Amino acid sequence: MKIKFTLNKKKVTAEVESTERLIDLLRNKFQLMGTKEGCSIGECGACTILMDGKAVNSCLVLAEQIEGAEIITIEGIADGEQLHPIQENFIKAGAIQCGFCTPGMVVSSYELLNENPEPNEEEIKEAIAGNLCRCTGYKQIIDAVKISAEQLRDSK
Amino acid sequence: MKEKFNIVGKPVIRQDAFNKVTGQAKFADDYNYPNQLYAAMIRIPVSHAKIKSIDYTEAIESGLVAATCDSSDIPGAKKVGPIRKDQPVFCDEKVVTSGDVLAMLIGENEYELKQASKKVKVDFEELPILTDIEKAMDEDAQIIHPEFENNLIVHYPLRKGNIDKGFEESDHILEQTYTTPHIEHAYIEPEAVVAVPLEGNRGIKIIGSIQNPHTARKVVAAVLGLPLTKVRIIQAELGGSFGGKDDTMNILSARAAVAALKTKRPVKIHYSREESILESYKRHPYRLKYKVGFSKAGKLKAMKIDLLADGGGYSCMSPFVTWRSVVQATGPYEVENVWTDVRAVYTNNPYTGAFRGFGSPQPIFAQESLMDEIAEIAGISPIEIRKINGFQKGSVTASRQVLRDHEINLLKVVERAAEESNFLSEWNKNKKDQSNAPSFVDELNPIVKPEHFIHPSNNVKRGIGLATSFRGCSLGAEGVDAAAAYISVQTDGSIYLLSGLAENGQGLKTTFSIIAAEVLGISEDRIHYLEQDTGIIADSGPTVASRSTLMGGGAIKDAATIIKNRLNEVALKHFNITDYDVLVYRNNTISNTENNLKIEFSELCQLAFNSAVSLSAVGWYKGPNVGWDEETGQGDAYFTYVYGCQVADVSVDMSTGEVYINKIVAVHDPGTVINIMGALGQVYGGVTQGAGYGLWEAIESEKGMIKELNYDLYIIPTSKDIDKIEPIFIEGEDDHGAWGAKSLGEPTLELTSAALANAIKNATGKRLFNLPLNLEEVLLSKKLRPKDFVRESSK
Repeated sequence: MKIKFTLNKKKVTAEVESTERLIDLLRNKFQLMGTKEGCSIGECGACTILMDGKAVNSCLVLAEQIEGAEIITIEGIADGEQLHPIQENFIKAGAIQCGFCTPGMVVSSYELLNENPEPNEEEIKEAIAGNLCRCTGYKQIIDAVKISAEQLRDSK
Repeated sequence: MKEKFNIVGKPVIRQDAFNKVTGQAKFADDYNYPNQLYAAMIRIPVSHAKIKSIDYTEAIESGLVAATCDSSDIPGAKKVGPIRKDQPVFCDEKVVTSGDVLAMLIGENEYELKQASKKVKVDFEELPILTDIEKAMDEDAQIIHPEFENNLIVHYPLRKGNIDKGFEESDHILEQTYTTPHIEHAYIEPEAVVAVPLEGNRGIKIIGSIQNPHTARKVVAAVLGLPLTKVRIIQAELGGSFGGKDDTMNILSARAAVAALKTKRPVKIHYSREESILESYKRHPYRLKYKVGFSKAGKLKAMKIDLLADGGGYSCMSPFVTWRSVVQATGPYEVENVWTDVRAVYTNNPYTGAFRGFGSPQPIFAQESLMDEIAEIAGISPIEIRKINGFQKGSVTASRQVLRDHEINLLKVVERAAEESNFLSEWNKNKKDQSNAPSFVDELNPIVKPEHFIHPSNNVKRGIGLATSFRGCSLGAEGVDAAAAYISVQTDGSIYLLSGLAENGQGLKTTFSIIAAEVLGISEDRIHYLEQDTGIIADSGPTVASRSTLMGGGAIKDAATIIKNRLNEVALKHFNITDYDVLVYRNNTISNTENNLKIEFSELCQLAFNSAVSLSAVGWYKGPNVGWDEETGQGDAYFTYVYGCQVADVSVDMSTGEVYINKIVAVHDPGTVINIMGALGQVYGGVTQGAGYGLWEAIESEKGMIKELNYDLYIIPTSKDIDKIEPIFIEGEDDHGAWGAKSLGEPTLELTSAALANAIKNATGKRLFNLPLNLEEVLLSKKLRPKDFVRESSK
């Protein structure tokens, strides 16, 4: 079937199969390779994207389900060349090692700060608990989100 | 005092961070080629069987299959392995472990291929399954590989002093047995590789999630029967490895290459999480028996150690992994009389290989648990027992290596960790606070009685525990130890840099760029670190054993120094002076402060080029000599060592057995910290993996078949599982490699499980012997599954 949706702020259409997953649509048809596949069962969070502002595992969403939805992937987080403060702070805080979980982590953090501009440490940990990272031990990721929250508040 | 550095030791952001944070970094599965085919694996659901025949007829008739691929398509070596060539690329005689692959179907559409693979008919005869390592060497044991006379993969003896005399002279003798489970690397990126046949007779190009491109090249070239130069391996951005994307990836690369040459089209293999866990090798389970004799005061007199490692279906890295165990099995303690045997055996369990720690986390869990028990018997503190026995300058190790030529920081790290965690007072306080350990379930009568109820105020117990280790840096006497680096300075002062070691996510590109930038007095952002490509850079051995910063760092420093020496000549001529000692390389400028002369680095590079001075060089670093006697286990095993101490502070829920980690203080001595941001990341990440090893993780196969095939059952730490990790670095004056920078990646992981075990003992009064220390272990002192994997707890 043919679906229409908004992808990283652009209106797009796509011909999809009824069994097609959103992650495959993004990676294969739109060449948005930043969304990663780590487990295919919604446990690792590497494929996290925003669907109507909510962080979801794109391996668990069927392409058909996004008809009319607003989808933002890691490629749509930065404003053109200008990195989002979360991205800046991931870099500065050393929150990145192998980088495979990073897109999903950034998207989950982005959702958190949209919904809750003043998260405490526990809320940050909760927001990224669905994103597994095997390299960093999470500490520098949590720091990056904390600093981002402060900066985003200050800039308002 | 440390020399004053420009950049070394400061926080430097990663070169690859921008691409990774914007989703632009290209991992192996992000590469696709025109006309590309996919491969689906053919397996059978048993861990031990004789293969009689494979019938592809129905699969081919489905019209979904472009080609089939099995051992008959291999032009060269059909079996591979780092020491013993016992692992078939495609099994054609036997299946010996659950992940074994018999054949592949190649086709256009992955989904359809999976359907077609169900139509492949394999006729096989099941064979008796060997899962108990204790039975592997029995007379009547099923021989896993009939080409060998028994199931022994390797045996390392170590003999020092007179063990009987040592026990005779001891006031106390303590014997304990410990076990550790299979552990999955659980890198978040599953394996992926694309093999691209090159035009004419140019061979093949392979891009993949490959930890050691040069090793993969050796394997692929052997399998294809091609010279090494016809196999070019390029490493994609690697989504975690931890030792795990070595042998498995070499074999996957070989399979993709065979299929690509057969079909004359690019072939991609990429694994689902289930296939990844099913086929990839694991950390070795060990059964560790320790018998130790000591004096009333707690001085170690004799240690008899018997370690048995489960190699699983293939020998893989077992001979290397278990060698590190034999060197380090006594821990960082001086023991006069030592008798150690380390063996690895074949079973039908998942096969085992390299994993961060590499034969050290297992003995450290055992021997550091033991040290606390000895301290208790001797009536002294965990700190005191380590002071009495710990290595100092001039100490002699179990292999009779005299420790000198490096800083022996053992007592320093212990003291610092104790101080930072307020160890003694916390330890004494919790110890006094001890109540009966939780163990209220009676197996025959599992009804909870009133006296078993725990008052809420008594439910959570706090505990603190420590563990310490010494660790040989780099490969030691297990292999040739040298590394290469390539530097090419451009006329605008920007620089290409590359070493033969690989970026596995740990931050090597940035670390190496800092080292080169430090030598040349430039900012590190002028350096462009190239992709690892076997066609460009020399084989530098594998990126393992926490050796990159030490060995590769040494090579980078050498390469940059060669360039600096050449630039010196150009600068002297330009300044019209003769003494290069007065030249200062700093802030992208070369200056001579005495005569107030200076030139921009970029200008000097242009000048050098104009004067026909070569601005590219290959650096080389070779470690000092080491040695080992296989018969007696004596020798200078490694040329330098690092020391670490971790203190775990835990809360134990006495009614559920759940352990929560309040804090881990991690003190390590990596010589010189090159990039503080990367070094901290290594500690946070390593400790977290160590905590997973200590408390939660286990692959519990049944009849050799793995049950935990995805993250729903294989539980790795999340952001919520550890409260605080506090890294502390003790830097030193060693001079190996780049300004004495040594190992850090593995030391951070190897200590955590032992520190946790000792902390749980401190909290509950209960000594635990079998990893992981999960709820059932803490509460019941046993594992509830699997039933066929018998674990031995100490009485």
